[in-house]
Amino acid sequence: MIPGQKQLSSLEELLEGIWKQNPVFVMVLGMCPVLAVSVSAVNALSMGLATLFVLLGSTLLVSLLRNVVPREVRIATYILIIATFVTVVDYLIQAISLAVYDALGAFIQLIVVNCMILGRAEAHASKNPPGRALLNALGMGVGFAIGLFAIGAVREILGAGKLFGFALFGPDFQPWVIMVLPPGGFFVLGAWLLLFNWLNSRKATPVKPVEGHAHV
Amino acid sequence: MNAASVNPSQPTTPSAAMIRTLGLVATVCGILIVSTYEGTLEAVATNKKLALERAVFKVIPGASSVKEFVVSSGGVQPAGNGVPEGAVKLYAAYDQAGALKGLAAEGAAKGYADTVRVLYAYDPEKQAITGIGVVSMRETPGIGDKIHTDAAFLKNFEALDVKLSADLKSLANAVKVVKHGSKQNPWEIDAIAGATVTCKAVGKGINESARKLLPLLVPNLDKLKASEPASPTPHAEASPPLSKGGQGGFDSGSASSQRLNPPQPPFEKGGSRASFHAKGASS
Repeated sequence: MIPGQKQLSSLEELLEGIWKQNPVFVMVLGMCPVLAVSVSAVNALSMGLATLFVLLGSTLLVSLLRNVVPREVRIATYILIIATFVTVVDYLIQAISLAVYDALGAFIQLIVVNCMILGRAEAHASKNPPGRALLNALGMGVGFAIGLFAIGAVREILGAGKLFGFALFGPDFQPWVIMVLPPGGFFVLGAWLLLFNWLNSRKATPVKPVEGHAHV
Repeated sequence: MNAASVNPSQPTTPSAAMIRTLGLVATVCGILIVSTYEGTLEAVATNKKLALERAVFKVIPGASSVKEFVVSSGGVQPAGNGVPEGAVKLYAAYDQAGALKGLAAEGAAKGYADTVRVLYAYDPEKQAITGIGVVSMRETPGIGDKIHTDAAFLKNFEALDVKLSADLKSLANAVKVVKHGSKQNPWEIDAIAGATVTCKAVGKGINESARKLLPLLVPNLDKLKASEPASPTPHAEASPPLSKGGQGGFDSGSASSQRLNPPQPPFEKGGSRASFHAKGASS
């Protein structure tokens, strides 16, 4: 528990990452994999799940060790733990599907440097008991996967005319190729961020006078 | 005041504790990694092998078993452990009756983004390449990755001439990639407009591999025809007899259905680079 902050209920803790603090759409973290592997819905989901696995594993370990690890070496410890789970997920994906492994390429290894994961370890897992930390990590991981999927699905639909590999439009569909190229990643991410900010500002405007200084 | 506030309030951690913690965490992490590696080793190897066999069957339609050989100046040998210096790996595909169905080998060259690895089928009778498939690439989606979908481009490989010169020492004509629409000879590859770099990589990979492989292979072709798949296989592990439905690494039983119906990659279209696509001449 963080002193001075009211304790969130379990549901709130879970929803924190999925909606209020969504790593992709609200916090805009871990953009490197988000932009790079979101060329298709399947790639995006695989990456989301891989990240979720690393996040859960490292969160659990960091949370369990939170009273043992001296502050001076905490970053080294967290990185070591995160790197371990990334290596594990790397082997697991190779064992499950080489096709997925080839599609995700170097971005599996690069989960190590996903700032969202180190951020969770430092800001949440190191201060909370395992149950609560896992709940928060689950929310964050699922939120990240949803964000990736939202971008990946749009890019695949527009850029290839497909979703999960199934053609959605007739044979005459002319793919909007730029959407599966790097610029497309920025376009789609930008559009989603626009939508989220617009939703937030719409919700915030009428409420503001009533709520006053409720959240600072 | 200043110095006092910096120093005492928090007791410093003894060095031994830091080292102990890091050492402990490192040990736990090490055990985790090694056990995962050991645990997945077999599955990964099976996956890699399956992917290769699937790839070979796609460029050689009608094949039902694959054997690996190494071709070097010493002749054709069953593939053992690793490929010796200067040798080329060759995949010989046989149909159910044990007759040689075709040969396949890999070519690789630097493409636009990364090495483009292709598998090509070689028909000894026609002395031509009869199909290609992409093993791996990271080419630009929608541009370079057209090499496995563009019908006009794949038509180049229905009968790409790789005849040897009279002395059997080199290719009579090097495989060449030409600008889109200017193919004139059967040894030329008509590039896809806009994806020339990738097409050139395909051509270069095939040319380099064929140039090395074919002069060594052609004098020894009879050896491959003679080797019955039913005879003790040179495959890495002791393989079950062919009648049981396949070579080691294959889950037996699925072989016959795969032959009738070319296997779909389990991950079709998860991004162009993900799946293996190939088109044989007659498929």
